[in-house]
Amino acid sequence: MRDVAIIGAGIIPFGRRDEDTLMDMLAYASLNALDDAGMGDKGVDAVYVANMGAGILQHQTAVASALVDRLGLLPAAAESIENGPASGASALKNGFLAVASGFYDYVMVVGGEKMREVTGWRATDFVATMTHPEAEYPYGVTLPGMAGMFTRLYMEKYGITQEHLVAVAIKNQEMGALNPYAHVEMVITKEGIMDSPHAVVNNPMGADPLHLYDMCPVTDGAAALVICPLEMVKDKGKTPIHIAGFGQATDTHTLQERDDPTDLKAVTLASKQAFDRAKIKPSDIDVAELHDAFTILEIAESEHAGFFKKGEGGKAALEGKTRLGGKIPINTSGGLKARGHPVGATGVAQVVDIVYQLRHELNKDRQVKNAKYGFTLNFGGFGNNVLAFVFRRVQ
Amino acid sequence: MALDMELEAVLRPPEIEMAPYPAKIVTLANGMRMVVREVQRDDVPVLLNAVRPTLKIERDYYDIVGARLYAELLGWYRYRVRNEYCIVGQIDGLLVGIVNGRMMNADIGISLHTLAIDRGLRIGSHLFASKMEHHIEYLNQKEVWITAESPIGFRRWMIEYGLEEQTNVQHELGGATSYLLTRDLYFASKPRLVVGDRPVPEDFMSVAEHEIIVADEDTINEKIAGTKGR
Repeated sequence: MRDVAIIGAGIIPFGRRDEDTLMDMLAYASLNALDDAGMGDKGVDAVYVANMGAGILQHQTAVASALVDRLGLLPAAAESIENGPASGASALKNGFLAVASGFYDYVMVVGGEKMREVTGWRATDFVATMTHPEAEYPYGVTLPGMAGMFTRLYMEKYGITQEHLVAVAIKNQEMGALNPYAHVEMVITKEGIMDSPHAVVNNPMGADPLHLYDMCPVTDGAAALVICPLEMVKDKGKTPIHIAGFGQATDTHTLQERDDPTDLKAVTLASKQAFDRAKIKPSDIDVAELHDAFTILEIAESEHAGFFKKGEGGKAALEGKTRLGGKIPINTSGGLKARGHPVGATGVAQVVDIVYQLRHELNKDRQVKNAKYGFTLNFGGFGNNVLAFVFRRVQ
Repeated sequence: MALDMELEAVLRPPEIEMAPYPAKIVTLANGMRMVVREVQRDDVPVLLNAVRPTLKIERDYYDIVGARLYAELLGWYRYRVRNEYCIVGQIDGLLVGIVNGRMMNADIGISLHTLAIDRGLRIGSHLFASKMEHHIEYLNQKEVWITAESPIGFRRWMIEYGLEEQTNVQHELGGATSYLLTRDLYFASKPRLVVGDRPVPEDFMSVAEHEIIVADEDTINEKIAGTKGR
């Protein structure tokens, strides 16, 4: 197996991109990544495209082959990857395996989703198609609904309160306001969304006990990476980022089949695999991007990935341990909460921001000083398919 | 040409005396404070400067809302609409939203339009709520007739307030289906939808009254139809 490095990263501003088609967005992000990698006219051997909903939302399938043709990358191999909201990390894993195995040298991994083409209701329904078709979906379960039930259980078991959730929301929107690629560039205050009597309108209940600001927005966006064997990295390029380890695990499709629904086993397993393969511990990580589609998930994942003990993630968030300058800065991009969550793009976008962090390219107000190790966690379904990665700055 | 006041007296619809809407202040999600207050007929030319750019914005039906609101405000300014009022939201003097309505008669209020210029802060929700508050609590009306031109409006008004559909009535906005806010529905919704503090602190009120600041057209376009925050 060969060591694999990320040599190019590209992203486009996330948000509501009415003027762009899905293919436009995928192409822009790809070109940014190819430019960043200094590929020039050189093509890639294969392209993996993560997308969850084009078949439903755009009535378009086979987006990978369409993208390769549009970018003039023929005859590169092309593969569309659909793995729910974990599609992005799945695409990277497949690209990684292809390069590590020696079958391909230069691979581009792209993720994108155009969700604002439909109303919020339709987008929520589209995401809910990943729930169990007999046991969940027909009963009206949506992902916010699941997250609400999960939060209630977490509150009962670990004493999480709205104050803990609000701390995550405020932190991530603060970071999003500093990220030019983030969908939501708006700082929020505890007074405005919780303490003031006016917060009842500003931050209405969405899925009890989750409020509006506990949830990620519906977003359009795309991101891309170029990877190759570490041994083939040219001296003059940007600092390569080594994919030091990855892990992936699955769990039951339905939440109710789990012995303890608050136990995100797939997060624990995927993270452990990634750390073991990278031969480091969670405490070695300098910066992490977690899948905070709901604020509770950042707290729960920070515990299950091993950054905090069970039941201490909320307290850590409240104490500022997950802020820039804290013990383990989490979601310095703004996370899904503020950067947005175009489902197919998310897993790739998380890695793009970690690449920028490990290359030390961000502005001081967002850069983790001397960051060497980064971690990403992409959460599919409600924790039934999870991928984790560890990245290392190559000195 | 000078106004022929004799003819004007014929053309101008008669007005009902309307109780004023007392100003209030609302804390928004970002911690900023929005003054919500009723404006007067003389303020209309300034408001039109804010509405004009929306005529070209197709997103979320801003063009039709803008065009109709423009006509309504102009109609009010030139005495061609009966019993109209207008309430605005201002942050540090900057105009961030406009709502208007009118009294059809002493008992029935007509909700006309809600235009949020700054988006993502639920300004439209706060201003629509203020409009309902005006009709029910200050104009003391029995009911308000409401319609929506955009899916966002439908979600905000019909769903959030649980409005009743009126099968036997056409709303005066193009004959659209009319929905009804009764006093009972209003007071049932009030705890979760209608907020604001009174009186407005003097320093906030004086800034708001000193000048209605209107953002430039590019800024309005970006705030309403840009990529971010909405």
